[in-house]
Amino acid sequence: MSDEHIDEVSGVSTTGHEWDGIRELNNPLPRWWVITFYVTIAWALVYTTAYPAWPMLTSATKGMLGYSSRKDVKNDLAAAEAAKGKYVAAIQAKSVSEILTDDALREFAVAAGAAAFKVNCTQCHGSGAQGSKGFPNLNDDDWLWGGSPDQIKQTITHGLRFASDPDTRLSEMPAFGDIITADQIAQVSAYVASLSGKVRDASLIQPGAKVFAENCVACHGDNAKGNREFGAPDLTDAIWLYGSGETAIAAQVRAPKQGVMPAWVGRLGEIKVKELAVYVHSLGGGE
Amino acid sequence: MRDKTQLTRLETETVNAAKTRKPLYAARQKIFPKRASGNFRRFKWLVMTITLGIYYLTAWLHWDRGPFAPDQAVLLDLTNRRFYFFFIEIWPQEFFYVAGLLVMAGVGLFLITSAVGRAWCGYACPQTVWVDLFLVVERAIEGDRNARMKLDAGPWTARKLMLRVSKHAIWLVIGAATGGAWIFYFADAPTLVGELFTGTAAPVAYITIAVLTATTYTFGGLMREQVCTYMCPWPRIQAAMLDENSLTVTYNDWRGEPRSRHAKKVQASGQSVGDCVDCNACVAVCPMGIDIRDGQQLECITCALCIDACDGVMDKLGKERGLISYATLSDYNANMMLATAGGSSSINPSLVRTAVGTFSDQVAHFHIRKIFRPRTYVYMGLWSLIGLGLLYSLLTRDRLELNVLHDRNPQFVTLSDGSIRNGYSVKLLNMIPELRTIVVTMQGLEGADMVVDGDDIPAGRSFAIPVEPDRLKTLKVFVRQPADQIHAPAQTFKFRVEDKANFESNEYAATFNAPEAAK
Repeated sequence: MSDEHIDEVSGVSTTGHEWDGIRELNNPLPRWWVITFYVTIAWALVYTTAYPAWPMLTSATKGMLGYSSRKDVKNDLAAAEAAKGKYVAAIQAKSVSEILTDDALREFAVAAGAAAFKVNCTQCHGSGAQGSKGFPNLNDDDWLWGGSPDQIKQTITHGLRFASDPDTRLSEMPAFGDIITADQIAQVSAYVASLSGKVRDASLIQPGAKVFAENCVACHGDNAKGNREFGAPDLTDAIWLYGSGETAIAAQVRAPKQGVMPAWVGRLGEIKVKELAVYVHSLGGGE
Repeated sequence: MRDKTQLTRLETETVNAAKTRKPLYAARQKIFPKRASGNFRRFKWLVMTITLGIYYLTAWLHWDRGPFAPDQAVLLDLTNRRFYFFFIEIWPQEFFYVAGLLVMAGVGLFLITSAVGRAWCGYACPQTVWVDLFLVVERAIEGDRNARMKLDAGPWTARKLMLRVSKHAIWLVIGAATGGAWIFYFADAPTLVGELFTGTAAPVAYITIAVLTATTYTFGGLMREQVCTYMCPWPRIQAAMLDENSLTVTYNDWRGEPRSRHAKKVQASGQSVGDCVDCNACVAVCPMGIDIRDGQQLECITCALCIDACDGVMDKLGKERGLISYATLSDYNANMMLATAGGSSSINPSLVRTAVGTFSDQVAHFHIRKIFRPRTYVYMGLWSLIGLGLLYSLLTRDRLELNVLHDRNPQFVTLSDGSIRNGYSVKLLNMIPELRTIVVTMQGLEGADMVVDGDDIPAGRSFAIPVEPDRLKTLKVFVRQPADQIHAPAQTFKFRVEDKANFESNEYAATFNAPEAAK
């Protein structure tokens, strides 16, 4: 190390470091920069002591302030629950028909029910509750088991033909393929189809009516309007769960398909079921 | 063959050679503007009082809008997304009015600048007004120019410390008041001021005050002219707005030069001498620290204080005012031609004067006519056109609006009697702070009727419903049409809303969907 050396080109002093005749200029960092740099280091020490930071073998340091993002989420969720508390308590206390009379409560239940519907019901009933073949459309005004708020709630609570719930809605249409002849099936199908539309062979209607009177009126009624006690569908309307027309009807007479819906109260609880009932009732077909 | 004799060597030097390289950073030189007095200074006091008054007091004005809306005259209600301005209430979708006003402000600035130069910078810009206010404080505490310069150069004594601390403290208070006034435009002012001092106001209120205190203090107290010179884009843009007929603060060197501190002696020696006595009064008062005698320059905000300073000196000397004056470039050029005998000689002020010492008839003076020229007409026309357009739109705007969202999942529902039903979310916007009863009617779609979900309104083609003041009401409306009336998979019809009280109405064209098979 010699005395201070000034670089001729730039006029800047050098550090004394020299490689192959090339000297390193001594351009110190600005003081404000250096101070800022040290401040950030000090800040980092304080920060990583106060908050969870340093990784250990299996976890990380917890930090002096005891902060945790999970706790934040938990608090936020608790706050959200608390905000909903007033409505939830009211829903618990009231029947579904009572909820419908309270505008604010109804609005809350519809929103909550819509969310629960998206998670639990869309798999069968579709995202717009429009249903599909074998799965009822919940928007229309045709209800197998009744469309009043409390009837809807009953259906959601205990389900349909759901073996493990003793209060489930239960009915079973016999497979008439084993009871009546193929001709009789064709006749009764023509008769049923004639109640809401045209048929191919009008001569089948008369004998079909006789077959119907002998075999079907017990459940579907004298006028074929159905019976909600047994979930027996109205055969005179425009809505057909398993398809309209003689062929579809004949198939259903021969070996009926019967839908099953689980009982939801065990899984979702009383409150969610009520919210779902309000939501389904609000879709436009509620009675 | 190469001919080396053809080579010429150029005599040139680099702008920033390594040998003479200087840093690009220039340290600020302190400016100690002297107090000016005169017409322009009085005008500036007036503008300052009015603009500061508007800023600090507007939020406290009241305007009665009835029981369903705030009674603050100017309020930007972010929570409820409403903007109240005296008799006008603006919903978020009407924010284009504010955009329109900003466009008008822009064109207005063009107009003002092309007519009277950078008047915005010199008189009305918040930077100028607040710097002026900060200078008032500085002068009151530390004294005028000479006292301040002496204090600044002197050692740190207890007195200097005391003066400096109190000056900066008052500046900070002004800054806090500036930030404090700002937040009152965003909430009910009397309520907020109570919350503010009891520490219960929203954190954003305190943060806003803190930020604005910092910017006001820094820009108004510490940076001052540097904001205009280095940070602000306006000086660059406004310069482009000026032309030869724009009024700007001008040093009339055609009567001032050659300047002399010893006019009598020079005159006695037979040389010509101008009106400028080189007293530097114009430089001392300049808040930008420039010399107007160098000509029009970027830094000049045209605050006209140099005019006041110079006029005072001219009065004392018994000469005509206006050695520094508002003048247009064309007048200035004409007078320069006169003073230099067509540009053939250096300035000879005697050429602009008659034998008895008054100005000759040929000296050009500003005439108000010059303000009215195609350029300003175009700006004025544009400005009024936008203004009238906004005004027309404001006077004829809807206060009852209707938006309809057609259910898309499912698009339609077949009912047990075969009829088809469509669902619609009908949004009624009652945009006045009064409860209104709105009649909703359907037009078209034969045989159809509608019901409202969750309401006891009987099915029909029309129903009346109350809509809360200043609110949006969403209705779920189900429209049904019997199967035998349906003639197309997609039919159009109209929802119509009407307020029977004042006959305001609105319509929305909607579509009714049906399955392809149903016809």
